[in-house]
Amino acid sequence: MHILEVRDITKHFSGIKAVEDVSFRVKEGAVASIIGPNGAGKTTLFNCLTGLTKPTKGSIFLSGNNISGLAPHRIVGFGIARTFQNIRLFREMTVLENVLVSQHLRIRSGMVGAVIRGREFIREEREIRDRAFEYLELVGLEDAADLPSLNLPYGDQRRLEIARALATEPKILLLDEPTAGMNPQETLGIMEIIKRLQGLGKTVIFIEHDMRVVMGISEAIIVLDHGVKIAEGSPDSIKNDPLVIEAYIGRNIFA
Amino acid sequence: MMTGTGEYPAKRKKLEVLNRAWFILAALWFSLLLLPFKGLKPALILFFVLSAVILFMQYIAGFVRVLTARLHALTGRFKAVSLSHTTSLTVRASFLAVLMVLPFLAQDYFLDVVVLTGIYIILALGLNVIVGFTGLLHLGFAASYAIGAYTYALLNTKAGLGFWYSLPVCAGLAALSGAVIALPALRLKGDYLAIVTLGFGEIVRLILNNWDTFTGGPNGISGIAVPYFFGITIGRLGLHYYITLMAVVLTYVVVKRVRRSKTGRAWIAIREDEVCAATMGVNTMRYKLYAFAFGSFWAGLAGALFAVKMQFVSPESFTFIESVLILCMVILGGLGSIPGVIVGAIILVMLPEVLREVQTYRMLALGAGLIIMMIFRPQGLLGGWGDERRETKDE
Repeated sequence: MHILEVRDITKHFSGIKAVEDVSFRVKEGAVASIIGPNGAGKTTLFNCLTGLTKPTKGSIFLSGNNISGLAPHRIVGFGIARTFQNIRLFREMTVLENVLVSQHLRIRSGMVGAVIRGREFIREEREIRDRAFEYLELVGLEDAADLPSLNLPYGDQRRLEIARALATEPKILLLDEPTAGMNPQETLGIMEIIKRLQGLGKTVIFIEHDMRVVMGISEAIIVLDHGVKIAEGSPDSIKNDPLVIEAYIGRNIFA
Repeated sequence: MMTGTGEYPAKRKKLEVLNRAWFILAALWFSLLLLPFKGLKPALILFFVLSAVILFMQYIAGFVRVLTARLHALTGRFKAVSLSHTTSLTVRASFLAVLMVLPFLAQDYFLDVVVLTGIYIILALGLNVIVGFTGLLHLGFAASYAIGAYTYALLNTKAGLGFWYSLPVCAGLAALSGAVIALPALRLKGDYLAIVTLGFGEIVRLILNNWDTFTGGPNGISGIAVPYFFGITIGRLGLHYYITLMAVVLTYVVVKRVRRSKTGRAWIAIREDEVCAATMGVNTMRYKLYAFAFGSFWAGLAGALFAVKMQFVSPESFTFIESVLILCMVILGGLGSIPGVIVGAIILVMLPEVLREVQTYRMLALGAGLIIMMIFRPQGLLGGWGDERRETKDE
């Protein structure tokens, strides 16, 4: 059963072909990775999937619904959440509040409810608070709930981003270079978290440069180069693909 | 995982000493400013008094910190009674009690200033929603204030409608005006948004100034009726005081509650990172519109109160400078901090009155104070971290 189907996604930035006719499918509950040299269009592809940029052409189906070209906040409602390559936390909010914000769509009480503070409002607030702590626990940040998020160490900021994305209750999590700038031990921690996400039944797609992570946990790999998909398959088949080796010429990335 | 706790107290100590030096320097500057106006002796007196007050305050602050730490340790042992909560409740109740009996104690002049302060607190709380929470620079807030004031003035003088019936219309129309300005402004960012809002403020003022047949032009509208308040007869000023007090409490409670809800969190998220807020499910356009409408709503309320207080409105009261003054209150107190902007409004209304003695000096002092603030405490008097944290904690 494929949860995500991308058909001929193309994104041009006034003549620059960032992504060109990329199609792929991802199975429900799978861990897939997108790799490719710098400027291959990986993040642009993520931006198209989350609605931050409108694809020039093509369509994206999430469990059968065409979500291409929808506004970001609507796509979240369909069940895609993401983290960012350059960490984007709500810096002046606490760690807990960061995770509360992303449960925005789950709350029904509006402004009037907030002013009256009826039973329903209190129940909802308590519920998202409890859930927020669950998600923080999952990434190991429950003790930091009251800290301002800008005071977190770098590795924890990345983990908070994952908790925050997870709190939108997505079916698919897109992680944009989750281990960038991390030491080997922190990287292992992230791999552990990704496995836990899979255990929760989430589909995880991540962009990554660290081949130990890519080969270690992904079931399917998509390789982009200059905006074009040059290969797709299992880690073993990608390792031996001549096109992939050529794209990474001069570097033995699979060492 | 956590940052090292060992180095923290040492860092704080260093910061305190540094702070003290800066404060003394600030005191010195204020005194020097006084020199040409009042002579050497008052300047010296001011310097020593300011320095003494600053040092004393810091001394006290140390004590308070130790005391609260001890109290927390104490309450930690008896978890059933949350001391900090009960004290804050008693403090609030007694504060309100003092405010309730104020008209019986204070002179008319003082009461008049307090009423004006109340109106500005409402305005500052409203603008804080737009500028402080959502991070949208609004330079035409006086326009919504004017719409509130003129709505009551016109409804009352032309249609004979009473205050309590007009009030929802005033606030509603002001909120609508906020939404109207928001619609074209939503796609703009930063400086461009500021220019559009500034233009909006001027347009409203010019319409009021030039539409002679309807708004009375530069002559304004006079003869606005005073409202009744459950038949209480304690003099007009006293009556107005209580109405304003009620409005301030209402504004405070509503703004605070909305801040601590999905809506408030969405606003802060937009301020912090709009793109990211959108990917977390926040409809950024809609919530920016809400911020404008909700903030302007309070401007309408304040406008109606102002019209009642003065029994006269004219375009002169709603100039660009008025918008800037309200913005100054928000920035001085601390962008996004509810107690902060209240303090900011109190300072900026009270200070000119307190400094009436030294006429020429007061605007200078105000300017100097703002500059010093921006250099040494850009987050405002009560802005920044501490406040946000407390707000999430005591829920």
